[in-house]
Amino acid sequence: MNFTLKIWRQRDAKSQGAFETYKVTDISADTSFLEMMDILNNNLIHEGKEPVAFDHDCREGICGMCSMHINGHAHGPSQAVTTCQMYMRKFKDGSTITIEPWRSAAFPVIRDLVVDRGAYDKILQAGGFISVRTNSVPDGNAIPIPKKDADESMDAAACVGCGACAATCKNGSAMLFVAARVSSLAKLPQGKVEGARRAKAMVAKMDELGFGNCTNTGACQAQCPKSISIAHIARLNREFLAAKLQD
Amino acid sequence: MAYKLDAKTPAGPLAEKWSNHKAAIKVVSPANKRKLDIIVVGTGLGGASAAASLGELGYNVKIFCISDSPRRAHSIAAQGGINAAKNYQNDNDSIYRLFYDTIKGGDYRAREANVYRLAEVSNLIIDQCVAQGVPFAREYGGLLANRSFGGAQVSRTFYARGQTGQQLLLGAYSVLNKEIAAGSVKSYPRHEMLDIVIENGEACGIIARNLVTGEIERHGAHAVVIATGGYGNVFFLSTNAMASNGSAAFQCYRKGAGFANPCFTQIHPTCIPVHGTQQSKLTLMSESLRNDGRIWVPKKMEDVEAIRKGAKLPSDIAEEDRDYYLERRYPAFGNLVPRDVASRAAKERCDAGFGVNETGLAVFLDFKTAIERLGKETIKQRYGNLFDMYEEITDVNPYEQPMQIFPAVHYTMGGIWVDYNLMTTIPGLYAIGEANFSDHGANRLGASALMQGLADGYFVLPYTIGDYLAKKIQAPKIDTTTKAFDEAEAGVRARIERLFAIKGNQSVDDIHKRLGLIMWDNVGMARTKESLEKAIVEIQALRKEFYKDLKLVGDNNSFNVELEKALRLEDFLELGELMARDALNREESCGGHFRSEHQTEDGEALRHDDKFAYAAVWEYKGIDEVPEMTIEPLEYEFVHRAQRNYKD
Ligand SMILES: Cc1cc2nc3c(=O)[nH]c(=O)nc-3n(C[C@H](O)[C@H](O)[C@H](O)COP(=O)(O)OP(=O)(O)OC[C@H]3O[C@@H](n4cnc5c(N)ncnc54)[C@H](O)[C@@H]3O)c2cc1C
Ligand code: SF4
Ligand code: FES
Repeated sequence: MNFTLKIWRQRDAKSQGAFETYKVTDISADTSFLEMMDILNNNLIHEGKEPVAFDHDCREGICGMCSMHINGHAHGPSQAVTTCQMYMRKFKDGSTITIEPWRSAAFPVIRDLVVDRGAYDKILQAGGFISVRTNSVPDGNAIPIPKKDADESMDAAACVGCGACAATCKNGSAMLFVAARVSSLAKLPQGKVEGARRAKAMVAKMDELGFGNCTNTGACQAQCPKSISIAHIARLNREFLAAKLQD
Repeated sequence: MAYKLDAKTPAGPLAEKWSNHKAAIKVVSPANKRKLDIIVVGTGLGGASAAASLGELGYNVKIFCISDSPRRAHSIAAQGGINAAKNYQNDNDSIYRLFYDTIKGGDYRAREANVYRLAEVSNLIIDQCVAQGVPFAREYGGLLANRSFGGAQVSRTFYARGQTGQQLLLGAYSVLNKEIAAGSVKSYPRHEMLDIVIENGEACGIIARNLVTGEIERHGAHAVVIATGGYGNVFFLSTNAMASNGSAAFQCYRKGAGFANPCFTQIHPTCIPVHGTQQSKLTLMSESLRNDGRIWVPKKMEDVEAIRKGAKLPSDIAEEDRDYYLERRYPAFGNLVPRDVASRAAKERCDAGFGVNETGLAVFLDFKTAIERLGKETIKQRYGNLFDMYEEITDVNPYEQPMQIFPAVHYTMGGIWVDYNLMTTIPGLYAIGEANFSDHGANRLGASALMQGLADGYFVLPYTIGDYLAKKIQAPKIDTTTKAFDEAEAGVRARIERLFAIKGNQSVDDIHKRLGLIMWDNVGMARTKESLEKAIVEIQALRKEFYKDLKLVGDNNSFNVELEKALRLEDFLELGELMARDALNREESCGGHFRSEHQTEDGEALRHDDKFAYAAVWEYKGIDEVPEMTIEPLEYEFVHRAQRNYKD
């Protein structure tokens, strides 16, 4: 298969970026999207040009590192997969593919398709944990947890922290990411203890870092590679309200 | 000068060693902990759990990783589960049984005392993770669920769907975040360690490169912990994440740390087979699939050919025409034999011509029987995400047709030599997780790497490091303007400049792929004297070529992934040779190390305990010099070393 690639190139956060056009040929349909990028980069190196910088690591859809906006969609046109899990058979032979970095005020570009998502770490540092010390805990089976609750907690915990939600949202809100963590812990008895404090602290941090407000457009859920449901946002709102009432 | 290795194994009965040791080692008072700095390199299960626990104790911790967030370390990709000796299933599991299975699974090439301690703290890990909010799978009664993994006859593996590593890492990362917020840990993402700094024979800091700006930085500490994972990517194609590497470990080796059993590599039996030449990475299909999946190839060559041509579907092959070769050869363990055994058995069938894809390098992993027995829904609940992933990659629906699988490089049991305290041969330098060599002998059992990483980080290192740091309570802050730091930094800068100056014609990937092929063909699943000697010569030649013909673009003063990769490849080019040398020296077969000259009549690994019951510890002598080997004898006080038997 052959493709024309329109790729965003930008030297660093301060520089102006622009699209450049490249061609790749003889790509097998079983090649993954990122392998296709590897091939392009190897060609560029041989031409003495700088390869396109992009984030990736596990290439199995679990580390959350890959982050490309492809043909107008975060993680490309396929549903419920990360960029690294897309295969070229999903694209039309001969077509043009447009590739951009996440576009979000809270995620400045580092180079080309690489952005700084440190803001997500900061939100979790504000309260996305249970305050336990090593070795000061009860037996794992001391608190039975209904299977349904554990499963729902796991559904929310599947978030890979990729940033597609904020990058997709027209308001630039990180609500789905925050809700996934709050909700995952709120579903468990261990997590309930600090529930109210956690919700408040994380939402406050999100606001402080310049993420926008959630207006429930649902765009985030549609683009989330892990299909995290916006129902978690409703749960976060309940937790948040409860916290406010306690004040 | 050969090493004087002291494993510091405590005396006394096996079950009392760790308690006795803990009682005997020194502790540091809270007031003094505040004055001590520790560097942790790596944020996988080992590094994150260690840094969080050390921060909680009151030390000042700096933690480094390559990715943009600590949460993305390679540990995140572990699928299947984590072992513990809880005996929640009442199937007569115990600390001793987990210890015994691990020692036996490792083909009697690990230290008894270390492995026993690992089994002993395994139960604490589960408690710890539950308390952090890790959503482990549960039964309808609300209690924790288990599944079975290879090399065990009990069900002791805890899991969170097919994302156990992710959930455990998010747990460790969350307590790390708690400590970062509290100010006891400072995080340096997108920073790569490029050298270890040694002063007066003791580790005192690192040189790191800020991967965004290219700045070379100095960081001092009273102790340095290496938690940088395994070096399987020396093979280019492996199941490891793309940035996984052996460089931090190799820098320690260059500066004098012993490197133990480098040839012990795990080839995982259930990976998606290689297709074409454009691939950058191999995908693992979790070992948990062997709970319900049955491995087979056709009995008849005509069926093999028909399947390859597409004239027959695997599901067309009648039961009696299928060779469930693991069940046939190993009735007691069946599809759940350890990985090294399963991988070699697949190779044996494919070498005999029964490989089921066009390259002849694939076997089937079939869920037909399980779906008939349990229903599609149950299978979907257990493995849904793995099945989806398989279909996404191969375009084949595994609910209808069996998966095709083949062995691939997965894990490295070898690593930096450490004593019982997890300290390397360099005082003040520790190694934990996959980066060290300690607990898995010549073959690691499934679901035991996560256990080891967290055991080291939560429950062992935070105690043992105190024994060393107690001697440092009077020490001032580390001065990073000393000659040792100057030299280390100058060395790093010179290395980088040298690579840019080559201006050759081959990209990093071009050369790395060639190294990978040399390794896979000669230092892979079956090794011989000839293949290993050939590998050494070829790697040396390739290394020369690298220094003459590397093409490196961009510059050092900004984000430059090619430079990162080039530096890692440079180390792999030496590490690959070291692996071949170690494999050449070890004239026996054990665990994942199979020397074709040493096998039993029915093709099983043949150990030579009289000659090789030791850890081989290598000492660096210079880039083109032959390293010196010192042995650490492995004395077995408690377990009788037997020929491993998974047949009955
Ligand atoms: C696909 C897959 C599935 C697996 N499934 C299981 C399983 O089910 N059960 C099980 O027990 N084991 C499993 N394993 C093995 C297990 O995941 C690993 O052995 C384990 O997670 C390693 O953890 P670690 O903390 O030692 O290192 P890693 O998680 O590899 O982390 C290494 C860290 O070091 C950092 N780093 C590396 N070099 C440098 C440097 N020079 N400077 C700064 N930072 C650096 C990295 O950025 C990273 O943060 C699996 C492995 C793979 C590949
Ligand atoms: S909620 Fe979904 S889109 Fe947002 S960070 Fe998590 S996985 Fe990515
Ligand atoms: S590279 Fe890890 S999720 Fe895509």
